[in-house]
Amino acid sequence: MSGGFLTLEGVRKEFKGKLAVDRFDLEVAPGEFVSFLGPSGCGKTTTLRMVAGFEHPSAGTVRLAGKDVTFAKPNERNIGMVFQSYALFPNMTVAGNIGFGLRVRKESAAARERRVAELLELIHLPDKGKSYPYELSGGQQQRVALARALAIRPQLLLLDEPLSALDAKIRVELRSEIRRIQRELGITTIYVTHDQEEALSLSDRIVVMSAGQMEQVGTPFEIYNFPKTSFVAAFVGTLNQLHCTVADAGSGAVAFNGQTIRVGSPIQFAKGTRVLMMLRPEELHLGEEGGDNRLSGKVDTVTFLGGVVRVRVGLGDSNLTLDILNERTLRLPTVGEQQTLSFPPHACWVMAEN
Amino acid sequence: MGGAQRPPQRRLGQWFGVLPFFVFSSLFLIGPTLILAYRSFEAPQGGLTLDNYRQLTSELVLNAYGMSVRISLTTALVGGLFGFLLAWAVSMGGLPRPFRSITTTFSGVASNFAGVPLAAAFIFTLGRIGLVTALFKVFGIDLYETGFSLYSFLGLSLVYLYFQIPLMVLVVLPALDGLKRDWREAAENLGATPGQYWRYVALPVLLPSILGTMILLFGNSFGAHATAYALTGGLFTLGTLLIGQQISGDVLHNPGLGYAVAMGMVMIMALSILIYSLLQRRSERWLG
Ligand SMILES: Nc1ncnc2c1ncn2[C@@H]1O[C@H](COP(=O)(O)OP(=O)(O)O)[C@@H](O)[C@H]1O
Ligand SMILES: [Mg+2]
Repeated sequence: MSGGFLTLEGVRKEFKGKLAVDRFDLEVAPGEFVSFLGPSGCGKTTTLRMVAGFEHPSAGTVRLAGKDVTFAKPNERNIGMVFQSYALFPNMTVAGNIGFGLRVRKESAAARERRVAELLELIHLPDKGKSYPYELSGGQQQRVALARALAIRPQLLLLDEPLSALDAKIRVELRSEIRRIQRELGITTIYVTHDQEEALSLSDRIVVMSAGQMEQVGTPFEIYNFPKTSFVAAFVGTLNQLHCTVADAGSGAVAFNGQTIRVGSPIQFAKGTRVLMMLRPEELHLGEEGGDNRLSGKVDTVTFLGGVVRVRVGLGDSNLTLDILNERTLRLPTVGEQQTLSFPPHACWVMAEN
Repeated sequence: MGGAQRPPQRRLGQWFGVLPFFVFSSLFLIGPTLILAYRSFEAPQGGLTLDNYRQLTSELVLNAYGMSVRISLTTALVGGLFGFLLAWAVSMGGLPRPFRSITTTFSGVASNFAGVPLAAAFIFTLGRIGLVTALFKVFGIDLYETGFSLYSFLGLSLVYLYFQIPLMVLVVLPALDGLKRDWREAAENLGATPGQYWRYVALPVLLPSILGTMILLFGNSFGAHATAYALTGGLFTLGTLLIGQQISGDVLHNPGLGYAVAMGMVMIMALSILIYSLLQRRSERWLG
């Protein structure tokens, strides 16, 4: 393989016989923003640390800009890293922190000062150079950590759950800030998160991981709309799953509680196979106007979320969740009332029951 | 309106909680210090005088202070250095796990070992006919021929180090634990060598704790009395021993001077505690 600016090939990591990462293959293009997304403990940090050089792979190679860096020391890789804990040096001012990488590179004080001023502008904290980390808010500290990582003009930027210690509002703010800066500098970036919304909104591509394995690599659109495994389907976004039986594989029809549901395309399983029919909440409609498929059930819960209203409708043993866009003239469904749900065949897809 | 009255009551309740502490400290700390201050102005024949304070600059007193300061500085520096190295070795030097708990348990005991038992232990081992002295003799080395004496500056320093090193270990270990792995990795990631990490990050972060603890060690030696007395029988001129001689001795008896010497030592101790707490506050802010 070649092509990628950062390439991981057959990377594997064991800790005392316990497998943390296995069969990791990835090519990241220059300037690309790639996220590693997955639940806690699935091996995201371990993979990132192998790229940074803090862990050595048990097998496989890591290549950066055409060079094999699998066993290169962290301080020889010229990679910028941002930690979840910010990891700012408490004994140094903001300027001291940002300039640290240049200081150990023996750059002149004048050059250092210029670069620090530049970065303080970039992170919109021009007056904070003389402050100490403990005088800053969490969001400000993480901006400084980002500036510190960028000051050395790294070939690659790594971020390990940089926002998970912050409040929801700051998190969203800083998220777009990170994306803006990344675009401005065109720096190749790997972003680790367990927050699917973060990954979807930030990334050019997402690597969904589970139990040390790559589940799927793709754009946010692909990952959300065309999940390859049931894990990806369930982990990314909210998903409705109905246990059905294949009724007609060729025309794409399944049976659910004696009713027929049409799915948009032919089914890969034989007639009579138990399968899962999947469908996103935003594809479902209350009433008859949502498409050719119809189901009816009793409203379980109504949750007002602001922009959308989330309604759960019980269908015997199963239930379906749907999102309605809020508007001031909306009539909220009431709990217990009987409702018809409709949805188009092309919104549905089928996977093997596991 | 009722709300306006409640806060003072609550405050009163809070004060009530610390009352035992205040009673205790006035009984055993503030009270005695005040009495000490008053009596340091008393003349031997009765009446008040500044004479005792004038005598603080006499050779006898200056020598005693000097010796106290020297032995305290020496044992604080040496104890601080070795204690730090030991703490580093058990916390991040890659020693097997059990070493750490053994070291902390031992340090907890040893740092409180003082007075007659400690002196006796050293006399039994390193005294003229002590066990270790005898062992050296077996190998043809006569310690006391080489100029060593347990009852000298060096000997007393050794004895003090027995509690100084463990005390340093106990106080510095938490500070070392407070060094975050992320700091080291961030430094490395930014291109720093391990040496640069220690020089620019770890040592500066630890410095307030290290200095603060060394001041604590200084005070610890400076105020020690029983160990030195038990070991040297009061013949060695340390500040604390001089106080004893002046207050309860029969040869050099001038209680007023003794109290004045004590007041001087209280001042030095107070100063070192002040510096210690300032440094401690800084390192808490960093390591918090
Ligand atoms: N230094 C280590 N020693 C032993 N096991 C580890 C170590 N680091 C990580 N692991 C294990 O490897 C797995 C993956 O961890 P990690 O990469 O931190 O997951 P994530 O970042 O996705 O939450 C976990 O089961 C974790 O317990
Ligand atoms: Mg992690």
